[in-house]
Amino acid sequence: MELNNYNDLSDTHLDVLREIGNIGSGNAASALATMLNHPVDIAVPRVRILDYEEVTQNLGGPEQLLVGLMLSMEGDVSGMIMFLLNREFAHMVLNTLMGTSLEEDGLLDEMGSSAIEEVGNIMAASYINAMSSLTGLNINISVPDLCVDMAGSILSVPAIYYANISDKIIFIEDEFSSTAEQAGSHILLIPEVDSLKKIMMSLGLEL
Amino acid sequence: MSRTVTVGISDLNVVKAPDILVTYALGSCVGICLYDNVRKIAGLSHIMLPDSQGFALTGNMGFKFANTALPILVQRMEQAGAMRTVLKAKIAGGAQMFAGKGNSSLANIGQRNVAAVKAALAHLRIPIIAEDTGKNYGRTLFLHAQDGTMLIKSVNRGEWTY
Repeated sequence: MELNNYNDLSDTHLDVLREIGNIGSGNAASALATMLNHPVDIAVPRVRILDYEEVTQNLGGPEQLLVGLMLSMEGDVSGMIMFLLNREFAHMVLNTLMGTSLEEDGLLDEMGSSAIEEVGNIMAASYINAMSSLTGLNINISVPDLCVDMAGSILSVPAIYYANISDKIIFIEDEFSSTAEQAGSHILLIPEVDSLKKIMMSLGLEL
Repeated sequence: MSRTVTVGISDLNVVKAPDILVTYALGSCVGICLYDNVRKIAGLSHIMLPDSQGFALTGNMGFKFANTALPILVQRMEQAGAMRTVLKAKIAGGAQMFAGKGNSSLANIGQRNVAAVKAALAHLRIPIIAEDTGKNYGRTLFLHAQDGTMLIKSVNRGEWTY
């Protein structure tokens, strides 16, 4: 089968991606819990093929303030990883690591930005390590880029970047929460179509 | 009573006074407001990419690109009774959301979108009378068909009008 579009994926393929999300986010959550010295819960990952507008609706609407971290994947798999932290989650991270808080307007100073970026770095590395050992593929990640703004504006970046492939995008979505507060975050793994083929083939699946 | 009509990503629409057009959370995309102040007809387009070259334009695909969306918007406004020769433009968006440490190819897409919008408007001979573009923050845009006011809202810099 020739895969041109995310809509061509079968249920088996989606199950594989869900499992990658499961293992990756499990690893990332334990890295986060160690860093924060704080239990972190993860929900069962969802793999969905959605329009961007549906994605922003799922994240609390286009104008929802989020802390976004973007990393690019290179090597055998290319694409993008995004971490989206809600205000409470970012606050919890800052408070635990630095004893500071997230300002009402969501602006971060240099130290706060570094702390959040470092958390993103460690979580992404744990996620990708798990994916690498599962598939045997070699995957490198860039340093994170940070942006605190409206969900819709943050997501316009992957939307534009992948617009040449499809209007819809495949999101492997993992939800983290901390038991202490109503703090939540999402990891979105956005692989390119060619990379999906490599992932499936590395696991002995036809695509 | 005025209606508020939402324009999505890669979408466009036209309303008459007293209605309001809104597009939420422009990042690197650009929102283009066109207004006929005599007949009080407003049009808004939310483009994602500069140029349609290399894409198959099926369905509403033309709404996605600066070079194809603006001629369609002008045509829709004319169908609604607007006069092309009096149209004025206000544009917003085209921000660089991420500083681009990790991925440089993404860095200037906002800028390229703004340049393409200006070229398309020049081609249509529509003057730009207000502009709030670039920088590094998201914008929600309201266009009031009553008087052509463009209201910009941001999450951490407040709101202002043009």
